[in-house]
Amino acid sequence: MLDPAAGPAVSHAAWVARDILLLQRHDLSWMLLLVLGWLFLGAIGLLRPHSLRFVARGLFPAGAVIGLGVALLGGVALLAGHAPQTMLLPLGLPDLPFHLRLDALSGFFLLLMGVAGAGISIFAAGYFRSGEGTAPGLLGLHYHIFLASMALVVLADDAYFFMVAWELMALSSYFLVVSQHRRPEIRQAGFLYLLMAHLGALCLLFSFGVLQGGNWQFSFDAMRSANHTPFWATMAFLLALLGFGAKAGLVPLHGWLPEAHPAAPSPVSAMMSGLMLKTAVYGMLRVTFDLLHVQFWQWGALVLVLGLASALFGAIFAGVKTDMKRLLAYSSIENIGLIFTGIGLAILFEACHLPLFAALALSAALLHALNHAFFKSLLFLATGNVLHATRRRSLGALGGLGRTMPWVAALALVGTLAIAGLPPLNGFVSEWLLLQSFLFTPQLPRPFINMLVPLGAAVLALTVALAAYVMVKFYGVIFLGQPREPALEDAHDANWLERMGLAWLALGCILIGVLPQIALRATGAVTRQLLGKTISFASPIWWIAPIAPKQASYSGLLLLAGTICVIGIAYVLVRVLAHGRIRRTVPWDCGYPWQTSRMQDTAEGFGQPIRHIFGPAFDMERELPLPSDNAPRYRIHVEDRLWRMVYLPIARAVQRVSDAIGVVQGGRLAIYLLFSFLTLLGLLAGVL
Amino acid sequence: MVRQFGEVLLAIALAPLFVGWIAQCRAWLQSRTAPPLIQPYRMLRKLFHKDVAMAADATLLFRTTPYVLFGSMVLAAAIIPSIATDLPFARVADAIALIGIFATARVFQSLAAMDIGTAFGTMGARREMMVGFLAEPALLMVLFNAFLLSGSTALPSLVEAYSAEPISLNPSLTFAGVAFVMVLLAENARIPIDNPATHLELTMIHEAMLLEYSARHLALIEWASSLKLFNYACIGFALFLPWGIATHGADGGLALLLAAAALIAKLIVFGAALALIESLSAKLRIFRAPEYLATAFLLAVLGLLVHLLLGS
Repeated sequence: MLDPAAGPAVSHAAWVARDILLLQRHDLSWMLLLVLGWLFLGAIGLLRPHSLRFVARGLFPAGAVIGLGVALLGGVALLAGHAPQTMLLPLGLPDLPFHLRLDALSGFFLLLMGVAGAGISIFAAGYFRSGEGTAPGLLGLHYHIFLASMALVVLADDAYFFMVAWELMALSSYFLVVSQHRRPEIRQAGFLYLLMAHLGALCLLFSFGVLQGGNWQFSFDAMRSANHTPFWATMAFLLALLGFGAKAGLVPLHGWLPEAHPAAPSPVSAMMSGLMLKTAVYGMLRVTFDLLHVQFWQWGALVLVLGLASALFGAIFAGVKTDMKRLLAYSSIENIGLIFTGIGLAILFEACHLPLFAALALSAALLHALNHAFFKSLLFLATGNVLHATRRRSLGALGGLGRTMPWVAALALVGTLAIAGLPPLNGFVSEWLLLQSFLFTPQLPRPFINMLVPLGAAVLALTVALAAYVMVKFYGVIFLGQPREPALEDAHDANWLERMGLAWLALGCILIGVLPQIALRATGAVTRQLLGKTISFASPIWWIAPIAPKQASYSGLLLLAGTICVIGIAYVLVRVLAHGRIRRTVPWDCGYPWQTSRMQDTAEGFGQPIRHIFGPAFDMERELPLPSDNAPRYRIHVEDRLWRMVYLPIARAVQRVSDAIGVVQGGRLAIYLLFSFLTLLGLLAGVL
Repeated sequence: MVRQFGEVLLAIALAPLFVGWIAQCRAWLQSRTAPPLIQPYRMLRKLFHKDVAMAADATLLFRTTPYVLFGSMVLAAAIIPSIATDLPFARVADAIALIGIFATARVFQSLAAMDIGTAFGTMGARREMMVGFLAEPALLMVLFNAFLLSGSTALPSLVEAYSAEPISLNPSLTFAGVAFVMVLLAENARIPIDNPATHLELTMIHEAMLLEYSARHLALIEWASSLKLFNYACIGFALFLPWGIATHGADGGLALLLAAAALIAKLIVFGAALALIESLSAKLRIFRAPEYLATAFLLAVLGLLVHLLLGS
């Protein structure tokens, strides 16, 4: 073990080198080595930047293997239960070297990134085609820097290094988003993304500035022990909420998310949605629980309300969107909302000194973060396949792909059922835990909160049910029914690398679903670190009973086994007692003689009930045909009200302010010199 | 284990009879000649012996869905304590997971209805999912009322907690009870949301999804639908009328027989009441369905608030 407290940087470098050379058991060094491995892979891609074969078939699979290593070390850090490991790097500012730390919290997020990242990398190895935007080598560089920077964000143990990694993550993902930069709407989406990322980063910077508490120590250790007055603690919390909320896409800071995610190539969308949003969750947990040690229940109430608002908002908008990747992006807002709901509850309970219930809520949030990394990546990757096979993103032009792309359809079905929160898959388990934590809320000392909790549960229930609606629309319109365009008949299925990536993620969805306790042990290590408690684990391993078996228990494995048994018996009985004859014929459809694929519900049609029920939520433009129209045209455009109410006024205000400042900025050197001279005079006058 | 299998077999056997009983009551109330009680069984028998006629491009999803539906409803029947609370399988899923099982069945049915790509099938799927996403939160809120009173989400513990207490009219449970009946009608495709006896395709919800099914597939789906109604009724009994269910420790042979008799008596009364409600109300336009279900949802939430305010 290294001593983090003292010593010049050079000797630390020697220590690190010795650790690595002597293969001493120091997981953090190994972790660092793996992260450097990602950077190295990115760099050697530049040797042959235009060779797709070299970059895709060689480097991306290697990146996947490194991902597995990261996950393994993260898992070891979680479950081994030894003290946090720290390390100093001889880099950074003169009096502030880079601090690194591997504890249960960062271990969990590294596990998440490694496992899901491995699946995405394998998929990406088969995905990228030549001639699509940026050269493969450059793409590989950005991709691996992105992965490495996300890992460094969770490893960072001082504010400076954290911000460096955070910005690296924002920039590398920006370059990935605009990899098809020839299209103006993609450049625009990239700009919005960069803007929001920097506003968020600015808030974080201020937050850390407050957190150091006046003693100018920027390591997290110093912040942990700093004393904050209630006012400044709340300021730091609010700034962190703004900063991390902007990255996570919490309402009303979500504006960039539905623009940037669809613009990026699908594996990048998967990484941004599945992994990058989780760094914001990590940051929120690190600041709130670890650095600030939760102080006020009001913080929890705020996060809870924001989380629920985001969840409902995302679900409603996903219901009316007709672009498949945009739909998934809104669904990400919904899922992030669910995660923050769990975090909000956990803060609330912790502030009210109910650590066991806080552990339950936090476990639900963490498990949902892990689940979301699996199923959302899976679905984004599947849309990538659909995009490659059909060149269409609009749901209105798809349909019937299940017959031409059976692999993608089958694996996407797993993701669809998981994200819809259906047992026995993983999405259900985390939503079940979240509902349990709402439900078993004991009487809290605050009557206001006591009212908030059941109402929150009601919103949660509505959101979860809406998510199922959205996913039936997503899957049904893309993969089921008849092809809406003739060109779809010869869509091609995924290649074997892509299938492997999809299957890996689908396997994760199933495994966590039937044996959730494996994942809950991992989240338990985190809750033990942050709250000092874990939920109770039932035995044997296929049961979960977070509070007590008498109160609530669930077993995905037995549920699956029971269903398969009943289905098997029913199948055999039907075959034995009746028969198995089938006659293939034309569809019946109440005897209507001919029907075309245009008669199926479109995505707009499927969204109609949502538009009808939640009408006031939308900024809607509709163009309906008259019965007398010769060429009837139906057009509907649904916009986000917040866009017009929040984003545009701010943009206009900024524009006005910069116009006003622009008056001063004439572009003539003499004028600028005059300004400096006047400023100097003014300063002198002030001094004298 | 015997109890478990007995209960499941009883549910499978009684479910079509329950549907037949409701149809009989409805016929009487409408001054028609009633079909015999075992009419649903004759129907099933006929369907099982027909040849399946299936659209040429139906996929595996379409063919497996009837089995999935039947399987999940049987599983649900194994979890709900209809005659006894000491069921080995009941621990597998609590009431929230039970709603999850129903949701799985609904999603599979909707996806299967979209599989062939007919106009009516997709329309039915959309409507079914709409009713589903409105009814599911209402049902959850109803259950929350019961959970708050008993401190458990497991149905057997709920029943045991209730049957230990003296009979009293609990204000929050009264709200929840009304909401539950509303949800039951909507979820089981009955008037006022849907009409099980309709022949007008444009007003269909549940039936529109089944248009492409025939023979044994249709039989399995019909059986699953009757099981779903039976299961909902049993959830209702467990929440609001738990008397007679053999509790842990007092569930010998005689107690089980008595429990079965009590269950049948409750089903007879409840079936007649359902038929009465259905005969007295008219089918709502589909646009009104959200209001109907929102009412159920708000009633259940009101129940929760009443519980919190009164502390009872």
